Amino acid sequence: MNPVLKLLVEGGHLTAAQIAQVAGIPEAEVNRQLEQLKKDRIFLGWRPVLDLSRAEATAVRAVIEVKMTPERGGGFNRLAERISKFDEVESCYLMSGAYDLLIFVNGPSLQKVASFVSEKLSTLGGVLSTSTHFLLRSYKEGSFLIEAPAEDAERLKVSP
Amino acid sequence: MKRFVARHVAALPKSGIRDFFEIVSKMKDVISLGIGEPDFDTPWHIREAAIYALEKGKTHYTSNLGLLELRRAISTYVERNYTMAYRPEDEVLVTVGVSEAIDLALRALLNPGDKVLYHQPCYVSYHPSVALAHGVALAVPTREADGFALNAEDLERAWQPGCKVLMVNFPCNPTGGTCDRARLEKIARFAVEKDLIVLSDEIYSELVYDSAHTSLAAMPGMRERTVFLHGFSKAFAMTGFRIGYACGPAELVEAMMKVHQYSMLCAPILSQEAAVEALARGEDGVKEMREQYHRRRDLVVRRLNAAGLPCRAPGGAFYVFPSIASTGLGDRDFAYGLLQAQSVAVVPGTAFGEGGKGFVRASFATGYEQLVEACDRIERFVNAASPCPAPSSS
Repeated sequence: MNPVLKLLVEGGHLTAAQIAQVAGIPEAEVNRQLEQLKKDRIFLGWRPVLDLSRAEATAVRAVIEVKMTPERGGGFNRLAERISKFDEVESCYLMSGAYDLLIFVNGPSLQKVASFVSEKLSTLGGVLSTSTHFLLRSYKEGSFLIEAPAEDAERLKVSP
Repeated sequence: MKRFVARHVAALPKSGIRDFFEIVSKMKDVISLGIGEPDFDTPWHIREAAIYALEKGKTHYTSNLGLLELRRAISTYVERNYTMAYRPEDEVLVTVGVSEAIDLALRALLNPGDKVLYHQPCYVSYHPSVALAHGVALAVPTREADGFALNAEDLERAWQPGCKVLMVNFPCNPTGGTCDRARLEKIARFAVEKDLIVLSDEIYSELVYDSAHTSLAAMPGMRERTVFLHGFSKAFAMTGFRIGYACGPAELVEAMMKVHQYSMLCAPILSQEAAVEALARGEDGVKEMREQYHRRRDLVVRRLNAAGLPCRAPGGAFYVFPSIASTGLGDRDFAYGLLQAQSVAVVPGTAFGEGGKGFVRASFATGYEQLVEACDRIERFVNAASPCPAPSSS
């Protein structure tokens, strides 16, 4: 795997200058490779991982299971792409099993999310049914533990 | 009260790391490259196995030798990775880390005054462990020019009548030195010729970067005269579990077990249960950690050389051992100066014996960001410390 991509996969938050040092290549080359990864649609972008419950920002998240009718020729793709374009949709996956799409939806209030489901999602042609589950509490977000203990250095500062 | 302390204990030198630790531990915002353990937490599946064992009420003694299930897993692991086959029933002993295993082996083998060859610079406990077992430790130098590998010729020179044991540690703490097969074969011939028992501490053997690790115990004629010492601390990031093992001929393992049963009884059962999990499902995690150490090694070696500290790429472990001679400072002055001026901790080479004079040990068991910052600071310190070049006379 390309070393820049490998460091991105490891999930640290290194700057381009730090990636350059670790990978042993010039910073300009790191930036070039990052651009190339973006062009190739491998690296889609950066996003902060936030626990908004601590910021007193109200956000409602739901997971929605969607059953739908596949189209001749295009399967689920056309409809899935159409659903993905709604701003409320954070992530959208085609699944194996009892339903077809799993959608993560985000909205400022319960009513907003509910109206998205009832007025937008379930009214789309091809959507057979939806099953909505509201998220109650988060324990881990994007690989970060929500209740991680304080990062005090547990290791002795010098040891043999 | 001093008069009550046994002479051989009173005579032990103060640890070269201890006083340094005292200073560092009182300072704030130090980037420490002085730590001899992984920065990775023990993989969760291993910790979870220990918790589960506790929940299941596994809180009793185990067999003195250790859980048979663990000894079987160790036997399989050692045969697959090191090619030596040991019977789980009587050739494997589970210990409280390799440190205990070394102590057991020396106490089981040495009569007062028996001599022990060990290479230096080396891990801080070797010389004291020999002294505590009433042996006489004979240091054999390893050199930077050889990548701190051990040469049979140096063993020949250091050998004296009365030598009974040879202790080796490759990959080596503090130098990161490894030993290639050609050198190991010569050392093996030397050990056979001199009728030595070998204690081979291979605690860093999963962490090699340039070529596969070869065990001295796998050399011709060595299995029957070698105690292979290994553990879980470094590769599986399990230092605090204190769990290791010794494999060797049944008579030697039996002798070590006698000392173990009267001093330790058995290794803690929770650590043994965690070790079973580590061997069953931990190898992918080891591979990931090794890859990260590898990249960090390359980063630190490149940066230290660029900063003017000659530093070869260590073949294994997670330490670099650069020469600091070019700064005109001694290794203790360098380490204290770097700590005071730039708040970076490295360990003076002489903490690992006289052979470490003119070197420092820097551990790269630390995250990338910290390593980059530490290298920047070391560079600033070296630039400020270097004696000005004499003006050219032409």
